[in-house]
Amino acid sequence: MAQVTQLIHDYLRHSKKFPHVFCPGCGHGIVLGSLIRSVHSLGIPKDDIVLVAGIGCSGRIPVYVDFNTVHTTHGRALTFATGIKLANPRLKVIVVMGDGDALSIGGNHLIHAARRNIGLTTLVLNNHIYGMTGGQSSSTTPFGCYSTTTPFGQMEKEFDIAEVTKACGANFVARATVMQANLMDRMISTALEHPGFNLVELITPCHTQFGRKNKYKSTVDMYKWLKKNAVPVEKYQDLSPEKQKEKIATGIFVQKDCMGLEQRYSEIRQKIIGEAK
Amino acid sequence: MATKSKKKKQTEKFALGNEAVVEGALLAGCNFYAGYPITPSTEIAEEMARRLPPMEDGVFIQMEDEIAGLGAVIGASLAGRKAMTATSGPGFSLMQEHIGYACITEVPLVLVNVMRAGPSTGMPTSPAQGDVQQARWGTHGDHPIIVLSAGDVQECLEMTVTAFNFSEKYRTPVILLLDEVTAHTREKITLPDPEELYVYSRMLPSMPPEWYMPFEDNMRGVSAMPPLGSGYRYHVTGLTHDDHGYPTSKPKEVEHFMNRLFRKIDQFFYDIQIVDEIRCDDAEVCIIAYGCVARSAELAVDMAREQGEKVGLLKLKTLFPFPRPIVEKMLRQCSSVLVPEMNMGQISREVKRVNNGLTKVNTLNRIDGQIITPGEILKKIQKG
Ligand SMILES: Cc1ncc(C[n+]2csc(CCOP(=O)(O)OP(=O)(O)O)c2C)c(N)n1
Ligand code: SF4
Repeated sequence: MAQVTQLIHDYLRHSKKFPHVFCPGCGHGIVLGSLIRSVHSLGIPKDDIVLVAGIGCSGRIPVYVDFNTVHTTHGRALTFATGIKLANPRLKVIVVMGDGDALSIGGNHLIHAARRNIGLTTLVLNNHIYGMTGGQSSSTTPFGCYSTTTPFGQMEKEFDIAEVTKACGANFVARATVMQANLMDRMISTALEHPGFNLVELITPCHTQFGRKNKYKSTVDMYKWLKKNAVPVEKYQDLSPEKQKEKIATGIFVQKDCMGLEQRYSEIRQKIIGEAK
Repeated sequence: MATKSKKKKQTEKFALGNEAVVEGALLAGCNFYAGYPITPSTEIAEEMARRLPPMEDGVFIQMEDEIAGLGAVIGASLAGRKAMTATSGPGFSLMQEHIGYACITEVPLVLVNVMRAGPSTGMPTSPAQGDVQQARWGTHGDHPIIVLSAGDVQECLEMTVTAFNFSEKYRTPVILLLDEVTAHTREKITLPDPEELYVYSRMLPSMPPEWYMPFEDNMRGVSAMPPLGSGYRYHVTGLTHDDHGYPTSKPKEVEHFMNRLFRKIDQFFYDIQIVDEIRCDDAEVCIIAYGCVARSAELAVDMAREQGEKVGLLKLKTLFPFPRPIVEKMLRQCSSVLVPEMNMGQISREVKRVNNGLTKVNTLNRIDGQIITPGEILKKIQKG
């Protein structure tokens, strides 16, 4: 335990005044912890990392960590990250987004970043709700669930983030819940090392905005629910469609090795420069 | 003789306004372009797509929309590139949130907006000057911004270089406004000798990373800006921030920050305001114009002078911050001024604001997608 605390201190910004903005029990901090452990275990230098985030509770993560950090606009983190990566492909560019960020306002950018297969590691913190603006529905709010803008229950079908990203051509797509610390660390580390566009969806509880309006009495209830329903994707595939509805498939959905945009760019450049000579 | 003509070939070129923008950008050191195509700015993207990839580290990318285009440009600039994008009316509207972001985070970049007749999709291939106030006030919140314009193809090149220089010097986005006529006119331009061209690049920090403060105040109000990944780790946010870049809402820190944003532009007003004074010395009537209208106006001045009327032209190349001192001088000197423009009076309202009863301000406005001719301007002057 002491070791873990020490590690976190190595990566936090000492000049930044704490406490942080997250509610007690919010899963966002757990994701940050996992990201730090992954970066540390891979030995990536802090100077080589650019952490880019959108707007929302999830967007507040970068300010606390001692990397190069950019807090952008709502939904557009991937566009900034694309510019950074192409400007300097040597950098490890990590993007943190909420579900609203990634799939609602930023949906267009997500599908194109995946299609380009540009070398970005994207973490989508899916709490099924808009946290920061006070619990409105997002495009991942499950059908029938309640929010401040769906007082009669969500009437639209929700997005499956992993499926969308996979369909658009990402190299690596995985999912974990914040109750699976080891799996989460493994998925984030694998993503960080994977070339091309890679995305890890992290199911995280927001009791303040989602839990209260739906059937969860406390934060602990939400964590218990995550623990009970997360199943490995291999097992999930064998379940009946009825059973699948209750469960969360976790693990790796796609892992391939297509050439990323920045490699393609550099290859084409070599070719034209060669021809010119 | 043979060498002389060879040299001539290298420095002169027949180019579109939009192509001249690309020449200027490359001379200024631009090596990153991201954008989304829209008439009448498209040739800028197309030319960049040809020119950048063969360059040592040139990057061109066509993004999924204009919001993404400007987002990528901001990211690239943070990573140390001289980056730009170009667009037209509808795309310019989409970019507004990111223009505000670049202002508050003090990210240098150049944005060329080739104005077309609007509102909305309007008349894509017709000229207009309807985005002048949008360039100044389009994004939300209070902030200064530098807006430049160009009236002929040579100026497209020169003002693009100036736009990059200002953006790097003052750590701010610079908007270059063109009109469809200027962008699509093809004429001979002279390429300046790169050795002799004044090119400014952002200041890099010289102190050790522990001492670096990304948004520190100093005499210039502009702090050094290291590229992401160079060992200076700091936080960039669109939230109002303190000198370290951390979000703040403490009134004292907010006020200090906002005042610095304005001061860094205000105190260099004389560096930033660029105008051409054409036959203004003894002018009794002054035409104040910009873009392609200034070209018509210049001819109108010649025509009027031939008839013995003392008319001059004040051609605005900097639109914002509004070149108040020079405009004021002409307002004091002349018995009347005329502001012809292809909108309902977006610059004449600035002139009237400065005028404050000094002289008579006449306007000539056209919003039918047609250019304003020298004859029309002359007629208006004669009517007084
Ligand atoms: C252009 C724009 N529209 C709306 C908002 C308001 N807004 C701020 S955060 C947010 C939702 C955030 O939800 P999500 O991305 O799921 O992140 P969470 O807070 O749940 O982590 C919205 C709509 C904004 N900042 N910018
Ligand atoms: S509102 Fe929800 S997402 Fe935001 S900090 Fe609180 S628990 Fe976390």
